[in-house]
Amino acid sequence: MAKSKKQPESLSFGAISKTLTGISGLDEITLGGLPAGRPTLICGEAGSGKTLFSIEFIVKGALDYGEPGVFMAFEEKADELKTNVASLGFDLDQLERDKKIRIDYVHIDKSEIEETGEYDLEGLFIRLGYAIDSIGAKRVVLDTIENLFSGLTNEGILRAEIRRLFHFLKSKGVTAIITGERGEKSLTRQGLEEYVSDCVIVLDHRIINQISTRRLRIVKYRGSVHGTNEYPFLIDDEGISVLPVTSLELNKEVSSESVSSGVSALDKMLGNSGFYRGSSILVSGTAGTGKTSIAASFANATCLRGEKCLFFAFEESPKQIIRNMGSIGMNLQQHVDKGNLAFYASRPTLYGLEMHLVAIHKAIRKFKPDVVVLDPITNLITIGSVSEVKTMLVRLIDFLQVQQITVMFTALTLNTIISEQTDEGVSSLVDAWILIRDIENNGERNRGMYIMKSRGMKHSNQIREFVMTDKGLDLIDVFLTEDGVLTGSAREARLLLEQTGEIIHEQAVSRKDRELVRKRKVLESKIDSLRSEYESAEEELNKVYVEEALKKQLMGETISKITDLRRVDIGSKGKQKTKNTKK
Amino acid sequence: MGKLYELRLYVAGKTAKSVVALDNLKKICEEHLKGQYSIEIIDLLQTPQLAEGDQILAIPTLVKKVPEPVRKIIGDLSNVEKVLVGLDIRPRVTC
Repeated sequence: MAKSKKQPESLSFGAISKTLTGISGLDEITLGGLPAGRPTLICGEAGSGKTLFSIEFIVKGALDYGEPGVFMAFEEKADELKTNVASLGFDLDQLERDKKIRIDYVHIDKSEIEETGEYDLEGLFIRLGYAIDSIGAKRVVLDTIENLFSGLTNEGILRAEIRRLFHFLKSKGVTAIITGERGEKSLTRQGLEEYVSDCVIVLDHRIINQISTRRLRIVKYRGSVHGTNEYPFLIDDEGISVLPVTSLELNKEVSSESVSSGVSALDKMLGNSGFYRGSSILVSGTAGTGKTSIAASFANATCLRGEKCLFFAFEESPKQIIRNMGSIGMNLQQHVDKGNLAFYASRPTLYGLEMHLVAIHKAIRKFKPDVVVLDPITNLITIGSVSEVKTMLVRLIDFLQVQQITVMFTALTLNTIISEQTDEGVSSLVDAWILIRDIENNGERNRGMYIMKSRGMKHSNQIREFVMTDKGLDLIDVFLTEDGVLTGSAREARLLLEQTGEIIHEQAVSRKDRELVRKRKVLESKIDSLRSEYESAEEELNKVYVEEALKKQLMGETISKITDLRRVDIGSKGKQKTKNTKK
Repeated sequence: MGKLYELRLYVAGKTAKSVVALDNLKKICEEHLKGQYSIEIIDLLQTPQLAEGDQILAIPTLVKKVPEPVRKIIGDLSNVEKVLVGLDIRPRVTC
C-alpha cells in the first residue's frame, strides 16, 4: 500500500538516492538529504534538538515534498509533542486530520510490565507497519527507541529485535530517523550506531564561556560525499537552520561596478567612484572617530539609490542610531519606513559566534540586501577568540561575496597608536580599508582619514580631515606646511592668516595703483601747462608775424597810394608803369 | 474473593510462543482464578489498529484490564510466580 503511492522525491547523486529533509542548510551539507529508504541515526545529549530535528523532517516532508510521515514517540506524549512544536508554527493536529502525518505514542512503563519468558516485539512492528500503511508513509521517525531499554529488561531480545526493526524499515522502503541519547563512550548509550550503518548525525550542545552553541556533524554517510566539519545550527521560531559550509574555493563572481560610499569626497579619493559592488570594506578607528557615521552614511546612500541595506548593530539600538544620524543630516527613518533599511540589533553576548553567524545568514537570506553593515565587529571578540572571530568573518565574507553583497565592517582599534593590524585580524581579508585616526595637535583632537588599501582601484594616498556637520559628512584637504599637517582650528587659523595676507597685499597693490594715477595726473597737468606756455609763445610769435604782415600790407598800401597819387601826374597809364617798375 | 478478571492476550498469528503463552495462561487461570476470569484473544495480524490502544509492543502480551490497576505481562508466561504477581494474585516481592 505504501509503495503504491508517490515515489519519494529523492535526488540521485551517483549511486545513492537521497531524500530532501527540508531543513535549511542540512540538505546542502549532505548534498541532497538523507539516504532514501534507509534509516539514519541522530544522536545527541538531552536538549540537543533531536526531537525537533526529526519532527521538522516529518513536517517538511508532509508539507513540502508530499511524503507522509509517521512519528513514533517513545518519550513525549502526542499532545505534549503537538504543544511543543506549535511554537514553530507546525499544526500537527491539522496534518494528522489530513492524513499527512501520524503520531503514535508508545508508552512503556516498567511498573506495569512483568516479563515472563520468551517474547518478541512483533506488536511494535505491527503498530508501525499499520501506521505506515494507513497513510502511505514515506518517512518514519522513532524518537527515542532507546526508551525500550528502560522499560524492558531482556537486552538480548531487544537487541535482536532492534536489528530486525531496521531491516523491517528498510523493507518498507521508508526513510527513517532514529534518535538516540549520546552515550559516555559510544555515540549512543545503547550502541544503536552498530545497527544503523548508513548515516549517523551527531548533534551537540556545547557551552564555551557561558555561551552555548549547537553544532551538528555528520559522522558517517555511507556511499556519499558529505561535509565533515562541525556545523553550527540554530533553533528559533522557524525551526532548525544549519549553517552551510565555508566555500572551499575562491572562484566567486566579481563585479567592476562601483557603489557610492555616501561621502562624495571619499568617493573622489577612491578614484571618483566608490567601492566595488560585492567587496568588503573595513572602517577602523579609535573610539568616537565616526565609524558608525560612515557606516550609516553608506547605508543611507544605498537606500537613496533604492537598494536594500541590512544594518547589524551590536552596540547601539536601532532607534539610537536613527536619532544620532539625524543630528548629522541623515534621515534613516524614512528608509526604514519604506522597507529599504532594516536593523538587526543584538547583543554579542546573546549567543555564541557561530550562532551569530547563523542568525546573520538567516537575516540576510530573508531580507536579501544589497549592502550589509556590521557595526562593530569588535564586540564579537568578547565572545570568541581572535582566531574564531576571524574564521567567522571569513565565512561571512565568503557568503556575502557569493551573493554579491557589499559589506562594511567597523572595528574599534583600542590603541591610539595606529596599528597595521586590526584587533580582529581581518584587515588582510577585506578589499578596502579606511582608517580614521585622531590627530591630536594644538590642544585639540581632530579626525584624520585615509585609505589604507583599496584593492584594484586607484586611490588617494592623502590624509584628509574628516568632519561631521549637520549636513552630513565631509572630507577636507588638510594643510601641509613646513610645520607638518594642520587640522581643525590650526587649519582654520592658517587659512585666516593667508586670507589676511592676501588682503594686505591687495591693499598694497591698490595704493601703488593710485600713486601711479596721481603721478600721471601731475604729469598730465605739467604737460598742460607746458602746452599752454608753448601756445602763448606761439601766439607771441604769431603776433609778430601778423604785425609784420600787417605792416607790410599797410606799407604796400601806402606805397600804392603814393604811386596812385603820383599817377595823377603821369596819366592814366600809371598801371603799366607800375608794372614796369615792378619788373 | 469474588473478583472478576478480564484478561486479554495479544498475539500475532499462531506462533509457537503464543501457543505456549495461551496454554500457560489457561493453566494458571484454571488453577488460581477458576470461574472468575474471561480471556479475550486478539490477533494483531488481523486487527493491527488495536495495538495502539493497549500500548502493545511485545508479543505475546497479557493485559489485565480488570481489576485495576492495568497490568501487562509479556512473554510466554512460563514463569508462573511472575504471572501471579503480575495479575496481583501474589503480592509483589520487594527486595
